Amino acid sequence: MSPVLSGVLQLTAVVAALALVYRPLGDYMAHVYSSEKHLRAEKWIYRLIGANPRAEMRWPAYLRGVLAFSLASILFLYLLQRVQGALPDSLSLGFTAISPDQAFNTAASFVANTNWQSYSGEQAMGHAVQTLGLAVQNFVSAAVGMAVAIALVRGFARSRTGELGNFWTDLVRGTVRILIPISVIGALVLVACGAIQNFAGIHEIGQLTGGTQQVNGGAVASQEVIKELGTNGGGYFNANSAHPFENPNAFSNLFEIFLILVIPFSLTRTFGKLVGNVKQGYAILATMGLIWLGFTALMMWTEYAHHGAALQAAGGAMEGKEQRFGVGASAIFATTTTLTSTGAVDSFHSSFTGLGGGITLLSMMLGEIAPGGVGSGLYGMLVMAIIAVFIAGLMVGRTPEYLGKKIGTREIKLAACYILITPTLVLGFTALSMALSSPPESILNTAGNSVHGSGAHGFSEVLYAFTSGANNNGSAMAGLNANTPWYNTTIGLAMLLGRFLPMVFVLALAGSLAEQQPVPETAGTLRTEKPLFAGLLTGAILIITGLTYFPALALGPMAEGLS
Amino acid sequence: MNISVRSAARVAGAGLRALLVLTVVCGVIYPLVVTGLAQLAFHDKANGSEVKVDGKSVGSSLLGQSYTLDKKDKDGNPLPDPKFFQPRPSAAGPNAENTRYSLLVSGASNLAADSKVLLEAVEKRRTDVAAFNGVSPSAVPVDALTASASGLDPDISPAYARLQAARVAKANGLPAGEVERLVKDHTTGRQLGFMGEERVNVLKLNVALKKLAASR
Repeated sequence: MSPVLSGVLQLTAVVAALALVYRPLGDYMAHVYSSEKHLRAEKWIYRLIGANPRAEMRWPAYLRGVLAFSLASILFLYLLQRVQGALPDSLSLGFTAISPDQAFNTAASFVANTNWQSYSGEQAMGHAVQTLGLAVQNFVSAAVGMAVAIALVRGFARSRTGELGNFWTDLVRGTVRILIPISVIGALVLVACGAIQNFAGIHEIGQLTGGTQQVNGGAVASQEVIKELGTNGGGYFNANSAHPFENPNAFSNLFEIFLILVIPFSLTRTFGKLVGNVKQGYAILATMGLIWLGFTALMMWTEYAHHGAALQAAGGAMEGKEQRFGVGASAIFATTTTLTSTGAVDSFHSSFTGLGGGITLLSMMLGEIAPGGVGSGLYGMLVMAIIAVFIAGLMVGRTPEYLGKKIGTREIKLAACYILITPTLVLGFTALSMALSSPPESILNTAGNSVHGSGAHGFSEVLYAFTSGANNNGSAMAGLNANTPWYNTTIGLAMLLGRFLPMVFVLALAGSLAEQQPVPETAGTLRTEKPLFAGLLTGAILIITGLTYFPALALGPMAEGLS
Repeated sequence: MNISVRSAARVAGAGLRALLVLTVVCGVIYPLVVTGLAQLAFHDKANGSEVKVDGKSVGSSLLGQSYTLDKKDKDGNPLPDPKFFQPRPSAAGPNAENTRYSLLVSGASNLAADSKVLLEAVEKRRTDVAAFNGVSPSAVPVDALTASASGLDPDISPAYARLQAARVAKANGLPAGEVERLVKDHTTGRQLGFMGEERVNVLKLNVALKKLAASR
């Protein structure tokens, strides 16, 4: 079998698996978020929190819950890293406290569902920080994203009320009923493939020619599964999902790709169920699927073609890729991780072809909506849908409406604010980093010092870092030493603002929609469940992203590709 | 004013309590349950898939290791041992951030596709591998010329293993045919026929080779 055919079959297998679980999982999640019943374990949790799970919240109260919980998370994770040096060796593995700027960066990163890492996992974080801190945020930051998405969906589904549900209920149910059950099963599948799951310390194992090799133990499989399922992406080890203990074979690799995509895609079904028209969900799904498949096909093509002097000399794009995965599966992983705000990697994007690197960058610039992060992908896509109906409304001269709700001045203002946040953060911080004198010293590849390629490649690395941070992706085009006070602080800010400011606008939008009276459908209503709308939405996304980032892309990947 | 301060304190308290409860659920109960089940059902895999020869650990079948001589070349790199199959080039190395132990660190070169350094490295590897194995430079496959993503890649391509067979056979005083058969026996096809790439686990192959050489 040719490698290309094997790549196509692997892509087909992932699509088939996703299609198989789409309806059952989507319907189950709709049930979870609309059920009146509370599990006994959940009741205990609500009692401990001191929250009334039946109390309905208007959007400011919902937002306060999100922010209070996230702020507590940041403080807890920051403190845990700062006291690591004082913990017993069995918990810290002997690692010292993390520096203040790096601890802030890491806390912001994991709470913002980004998982940008300016440290090497096996060299810095002991069991306590990994399992009690980082892994917990992998769960709850994902659950927060899903909660906000469900609140927006309720905004469309409900009328003449400002009530959006209860944040604590949504948070706890998402964690207990959705993320944990899938994670337990998924973790065992990964262990069966060979991922490790123990609490051993750093220990020596023998070597065939004599001597020893040092390896870490750790609760790796349990963290790996939620890292993918919650579109988090922060690896236990420096090599992330390329490390054989995280991703042992070709099957586990495809399984991890499946885990990344399963909730973001299936949530479109949940959305359709909750607004009472599953076809509306299919249109969103079609848009997401079209972009994901298109980008993946393009990535596979460029990686198999392996342009670039060094790759041509080697005869293939295997630099920074593992033999057990090969080129095809690595390409699928790369677009999947960058289109979903995950940022886990099974191969290193810095060594991809120039065009391949550009695709990973563009994937993140789309705003992580195809299919996007868990929850954040759905709410990001729904905001784009509002923009798309607005554009369509301007073209035909009618008041735009979506799902029976009028898109008036207030709604379109909120949607516009939402889509302006990340470009402002990305381009602003990149410009600052290039203009100030000291930050560029972190770039290993300036034009004069062509260790890692051209000067354009160095610019791409900085642009990539802020794109990854502000869009909450977290993958890195390594080659940039990001562990400096400047980058730790600015990327940390980009991650927090890029996560929570959009949530403010999304919840305000949800509140505004929920208050409206539904407008009856007429012959002139734009049919948003039809293929035509999916096409319009895809076009709007590509054009808006293209116009926003074209100048920056021209200076980076395009200059590199043409030089 | 007083009321809003009190309500802010109440929601902040709820946030903190929610975090602590969920930390116990997701950070203590969940990993302990998974570890317990994993240790019961897949004991060897959960502990790192160690390979044992005569009861002694010789490494993990999932982690690559080096097979080198004590001698070094002019750049200070240890020379490869001709008696063993050689793994892929590795770019993993020490990176002294916040380290108490000098750990086995995973990682890639992160060199760009148009990097001059990478181009030179590829060309040097091609010459070296060809000379070491006594084959033509054009015969060297791509996995022998490029560093892996983890720097711990346990596998090589069947093509690279076959290329090394004659040299390994000669160095061990074994018939070439027997070593080639060994390579064939240790070649793993794509999983379920289509997943990933064909590969040869270097540690398992070298363990079998050592056994074969010792039986002579």
